[in-house]
Amino acid sequence: MARSRLSAGLENTNQKQNGGFLSDLHIDWPLMTGLIALSIFGLVVLYSASGENWTTVSRQMIWMSIAFLVMIFVAQIPPHHIQFWTPWVFGFGVLLLVAVLLFGEVGKGAQRWLNLGLFRVQPSEIMKFACPMMVAWYMAEKSLPPSTSRILIALIILAIPVALIAKQPDLGTSILVASAGIFVLLFTGISWFLIGGFGVLLAAAAPVVWFYYMHDYQRQRVLTFLNPESDPLGSGYHIIQSKIAIGSGGLYGKGWLNGTQSQLDFLPERSTDFIFAVFSEEFGLVGVLVLLSLYLYIVVRGLIIAYEAQSTFARLLAGSLVLTFMVYIVVNIGMVSGLLPVVGVPLPLVSYGGTSMVTLMIAFGMLMSIQTHRKLLTS
Amino acid sequence: MQHSQVKLKDHIRETRLFNSRVIIAGVVVVLLLGVLIARMVYLQVLSHDHYTTLSQNNRVSIISVPPPRGLIFDRNGNVLAENLPSFTLELIPEKIKDVDATLAGLQDVIEISESNIKRFRKALKRNRAFKSIPLKFRLDETEVARLSVRQHQFPGVDIKAELMRHYPYASLGVHALGYVGRINEKEIKELDTNYVGTTHIGKTGIERYYEDELHGTVGYRKIESNARGRVLRVLEDQPPVPGQNIYLTLDVKVQAAAEGALENRRGAVVAIDPRTGEVLALASMPGFDPNPFVNGIEYKAYRELADSTDRPLFNRAVKGRYPPGSTMKPFVGLAGMEYDVVHGGTKIACKGWFQLKNDDHKYRDWKRTGHGDMTLLGAIRESCDVYFYDLALELGIDRIYAFNKQFDFGMRSGIDIPGETSGILPSRQWKRKVKHLAWYPGETLITGIGQGFNVASPIQLAYATATLSTYGLKIRPHLGYAVQNSEGEELQYFEPEILGLVPIIKKNNWDYMHHSMKRVVHSPRGTARKIGINSPYKMAGKTGTAQVYGIKQDEKYDKEGLEDHLRDHALFVSFAPFDDPQIAVAVIVENGESGGSVAAPIARKVMDAHLVRP
Repeated sequence: MARSRLSAGLENTNQKQNGGFLSDLHIDWPLMTGLIALSIFGLVVLYSASGENWTTVSRQMIWMSIAFLVMIFVAQIPPHHIQFWTPWVFGFGVLLLVAVLLFGEVGKGAQRWLNLGLFRVQPSEIMKFACPMMVAWYMAEKSLPPSTSRILIALIILAIPVALIAKQPDLGTSILVASAGIFVLLFTGISWFLIGGFGVLLAAAAPVVWFYYMHDYQRQRVLTFLNPESDPLGSGYHIIQSKIAIGSGGLYGKGWLNGTQSQLDFLPERSTDFIFAVFSEEFGLVGVLVLLSLYLYIVVRGLIIAYEAQSTFARLLAGSLVLTFMVYIVVNIGMVSGLLPVVGVPLPLVSYGGTSMVTLMIAFGMLMSIQTHRKLLTS
Repeated sequence: MQHSQVKLKDHIRETRLFNSRVIIAGVVVVLLLGVLIARMVYLQVLSHDHYTTLSQNNRVSIISVPPPRGLIFDRNGNVLAENLPSFTLELIPEKIKDVDATLAGLQDVIEISESNIKRFRKALKRNRAFKSIPLKFRLDETEVARLSVRQHQFPGVDIKAELMRHYPYASLGVHALGYVGRINEKEIKELDTNYVGTTHIGKTGIERYYEDELHGTVGYRKIESNARGRVLRVLEDQPPVPGQNIYLTLDVKVQAAAEGALENRRGAVVAIDPRTGEVLALASMPGFDPNPFVNGIEYKAYRELADSTDRPLFNRAVKGRYPPGSTMKPFVGLAGMEYDVVHGGTKIACKGWFQLKNDDHKYRDWKRTGHGDMTLLGAIRESCDVYFYDLALELGIDRIYAFNKQFDFGMRSGIDIPGETSGILPSRQWKRKVKHLAWYPGETLITGIGQGFNVASPIQLAYATATLSTYGLKIRPHLGYAVQNSEGEELQYFEPEILGLVPIIKKNNWDYMHHSMKRVVHSPRGTARKIGINSPYKMAGKTGTAQVYGIKQDEKYDKEGLEDHLRDHALFVSFAPFDDPQIAVAVIVENGESGGSVAAPIARKVMDAHLVRP
């Protein structure tokens, strides 16, 4: 069954081809263009943020190449194959998360890494796409909108990895994973009444989470967020310095490589989580608008893909992945500009770091797969 | 079929539902981006100025560069105070891999005390890693040489040269020159921003009086530093304006003569050029070496100086209060003539004592057998007390006070050294105000011979003597000779400051007094005749012997029976050459007993040093 579908898919693409290797591949060029533009943008900013360190930039380029290759590879897998493998991927991911809790490596006060001998993996990253896949898979089984019981079961499925990740502890990733799953549910068309009720429930759960599940450093982050000046040299330092960087950038910025906040090391984690502050200091509001337009373009393209997707699974997955991408942007920029508490979320394709980029590109690979494996309704 | 139809229907419904949600999602995305953009506009446009200021404050800081202190020279250009490089051993922790090993290695090369290491370790914990921490101050030349040779073995170890005040003549002229010391907490509060970065300040003497000239103007450097405080580049550099050099009227040769002549006695010598008010020598003995005071003298050494009964830290020349004794007689005598109470021919019989009417108290002459009939000239020459008892009684305290006040007794001379005493010139008003008592006639008598309430400082005596030699021209005594700006260009000389004139009624009276004083030195009966012998120039002088200890009526002053510090002070005032006075000298030797044989030879040596060119 699977084999014949695969060959059918291949035949389908073979028919389209008019010679040339590139046109054989399932690539959504509008999305690809946006991603490439964003990547170049990101490398330029990283060059400055790393203190003109070529080693950092070239390492990021290598990761970027790997990530793009992985994306193109994923884009070649037809959506129904992705759907077929979903429970296995999810199950494997949960196993790895449990393994992390049992044998994981400790770094920076958290247990996030699993050493597989050759390389280390961060299983929570897998969940960023495995979770929406799983919820979409489950929801696609029955017609929509789902019944309340199915919603509850979906929430339980979601709660397992989210709880495991939160226990590492990794607040940023668990928020991203949870929101990815919840976006699927929102797209299934559950009633606004339920959504509202869920929101109230969350608000009621907040104090419980605060007192029983949050770590001291996480509580401190929230407190600092509410009043950064209370601890200007301690945990408030990040927020204060990054606001100074952004604010002093002004309309046109201080110019590339000329941001004093970033170049003189006042900004912490300036090439990773706080790279947006470097960018806004050097490129100003104008630069910020260009970057946000680029992100908007990618998000809109993603929403179009979701809109045009043909299977329930594909559209739920596509919609959720796009919105998760949006969450990255909002949470990162929100935290750097002092709108949200500091949680470790990178700025997609700009922040330095390989693992999260590969995860992100796997998601874009799925979007491309969904878009390029559509069958014309007329055929 | 039916099943698939339902499914198809559901599918359409599903799609419609999903699509509406996608549109909502799109709207939410745009709204969220709108929030982010609004936030950016708030930070980057509305609060831009605020954050620009914060960002500037973050990176730009101002470092003050203290100016090098001006040098001090004597009138002939001999350096009295200079700035010498002092070497400090410093370690920069950031550049040192193993601090313990480095310390151990350094200890093999030079001696480093435990207290130094302890202080270093304490500083190591407090300071930032790139900031150098001193390990040992004031390295000597051998230590510098030994360290320099091995410096390559110790990365992060530095020898820093700083300019440190140094007084090459050590104790010579210390009471004129004063010294600098580290700024203390009390001083910090009173200093302005010009002293940011300055570590030392003038504490006494010229160093303190001319602090403003010597200090200079602080410079600053606007520097850009990174988050760890490391200096990255200099944005603006305003170099400091070095302090001005000061030339003193002191002559090292005369000063050395004065201090040498006092030897190990307690006393003071002040020599003034009467024509200009220039102080040629200002000695107070014993003195002390000011160099240890620059960086803080050790407690034990300080206590030794402060507790010494010889009081080496006390500036006798300007702060010492001594009864002027017979050195007051020329002024009282001149008053007698100017007020027409006596004249050259007036003779008074001295039988060895003087008595007031209705009072059986005997006011004794120093010569118990009496001088016989005395003219004013003789009374000056031989220092007859009875003559002046009689004259003082005739003049009355009011006229004595009024006349001597014209010579600025009882007032500060205004010499450019801080802490000068005003002395006391007694009067009825003074006594009523201070003692709340009426004036007694007996007090007029002893005032006439410079005893009683009279006290004057050596600088006052020298100044008054100079005024006497110039026929009443009063010029403020001063040590400041010239200033020179830092480029080492021409000298700007201080103008002599004329304070006033003592009105002359008859010039003859002044001539008479000058001649009387000449006889003190240049006549066989003069009280200072010993110094007149073989003198290459003529001089005028007056000896004085001031009582420290009150001798009871009819009791004989017994030298052997008195403790050293209760013996009489020896004084001598003089000016020379007689026809063209170029130097006026006042000498006080505490408990020196004899003005003629102890104080006068000292004045002679000082005058020789100035007047006799080898």
